[in-house]
Amino acid sequence: MDAGSVTWVMVSAALVIFMTPGLALFYGGMVRAKNALNMLLMNFYCLGIVPLVWVVIGYTLATSGTSPVIGNFDFFGLKGIIVGQDGGEQLLFVFFWAAFAAITPALIAGAVADRIKFVAWVIFIPLWSVLVFSPIWYWIYGKNAAGELIGWLGERGSLDFAGGTVIHVNAGIAALAAVLVLGKRRGWPGEAMPPHSLPLVLAGAGILWFGWFGFNAGSAGAANAQAVQAFMNTFLAAAAAMLGWLIVEKIRDNHATTLGAASGIVAGLVAITPAAGYVGGMAGMAIGFIAGVICAFAVSAKFKFGFDDSLDVVGIHFVGGLTGSLLIGLFADPSGFGELGTFDAGLFFGGGWGLLGEQALANLAAMVWSFVLTFAILKVLDAFIGIRVSEDEEKQGLDTTLHIETAYNFGELSSSGRSV
Amino acid sequence: MKLVTAIIKPFKLDDVKDALKEAGVVGMTVQEVQGFGRQGGHTETYRGAEYKVDFVPKVKLEAVVEDGDAERVADVIADSARTDKIGDGKVWITDVLRIVRIRTGEVNEDAI
Repeated sequence: MDAGSVTWVMVSAALVIFMTPGLALFYGGMVRAKNALNMLLMNFYCLGIVPLVWVVIGYTLATSGTSPVIGNFDFFGLKGIIVGQDGGEQLLFVFFWAAFAAITPALIAGAVADRIKFVAWVIFIPLWSVLVFSPIWYWIYGKNAAGELIGWLGERGSLDFAGGTVIHVNAGIAALAAVLVLGKRRGWPGEAMPPHSLPLVLAGAGILWFGWFGFNAGSAGAANAQAVQAFMNTFLAAAAAMLGWLIVEKIRDNHATTLGAASGIVAGLVAITPAAGYVGGMAGMAIGFIAGVICAFAVSAKFKFGFDDSLDVVGIHFVGGLTGSLLIGLFADPSGFGELGTFDAGLFFGGGWGLLGEQALANLAAMVWSFVLTFAILKVLDAFIGIRVSEDEEKQGLDTTLHIETAYNFGELSSSGRSV
Repeated sequence: MKLVTAIIKPFKLDDVKDALKEAGVVGMTVQEVQGFGRQGGHTETYRGAEYKVDFVPKVKLEAVVEDGDAERVADVIADSARTDKIGDGKVWITDVLRIVRIRTGEVNEDAI
């Protein structure tokens, strides 16, 4: 691996690490002030626990093996990964992907906002990372010792450049399962639960947009042509999706909103994630715009069907990820990538329907595994410890009840001295 | 001694304050408050979902004045706060039993 590529992937890893704090602000601003710290901590907790679990066991189960469905224990506890032997290449990707592993379950926090016990979240996250995230990662990206794709979906030719299926469809459908186990917030949907700080939401969306350049362009795994294309597409899709969402709002609701802009940016980033290194710039722009429009409508589904996906993880991550992943089946175009263009072409670029079918299969498989396992894990946790806070805690807010903190201490009357 | 209390639109505060100063009122207290009257609340839209917000932001202004000034001051507030649109607010006058200026100990009219 050349020095430029090592450098780029290291920088990308740091960018992706920054996304989880960005997500924390994006979500944290969207909840009511009484639950803001709980939301921030659910996200930051993922950044603490998941990379540790990934390094010890998640990585080896997700990346390397001989079976089509799950990896082996060859790299358990970083065994055999010696920087002096390969220039650090393998350890670099252990860490780069740890950042992906961290943000994936953090996405689910938006669905369970305001009502899940923190201790239940603390136990759920590492279990989910090992039992749901690692297997699905392996199906798409798993390789054998010779470096050939061996996971049953990847081997068939499914494409997922940076995790549209593995991360967004996966976390999005898990979010749906989670809210079905957890139930809706008291008062939802009748009671208004407006975002307490849209400036925080916008700041979070900006950090996500910035970090996503590492997420997508870093996923080329090298400083190469595919990375540059992914870099451009990441920008174009987010910008087009923001405009798409705002146009829907202006026409449907008569007002363009800041929350709509932030939501559109994220929807576009989600949708381009699976496609970033497989499509040209105009296709990247189209994928973003289409996702922005579709997700602007999709977030209303929860009212129709009555599930309290509080911050629209299903409407943005599941729907956006699925949209982008399926659109690869139309827009994938290996012709522009030179020697890197070893993937199948989509329908619009002479590839027929085959790739679209593979994309549909991969997403269906990820949806079934993620939904069933997430539902089961939370049902078991609920039976043993109960996953939902008490009515009083929910009404008073989780910050003062679960974390004995307050997000905003304005004025000087609130503290009456240190208790000894 | 009378207490003149007014609920006004927040963006009219500067106009009201200037008018009161010009009318000789030497002090006042303001608070940001929320409430509704006949105007009702307003609606806000988040990701396409419309919510009704019952309590709208207003400013509550209070000034203590001499008996003979109270009605004139109330009229000054009403005139300067008026936009002729719904939600302009209200002004009312109440009796004040005793006033003490904390620094000097002066009472009642001397303390206004």
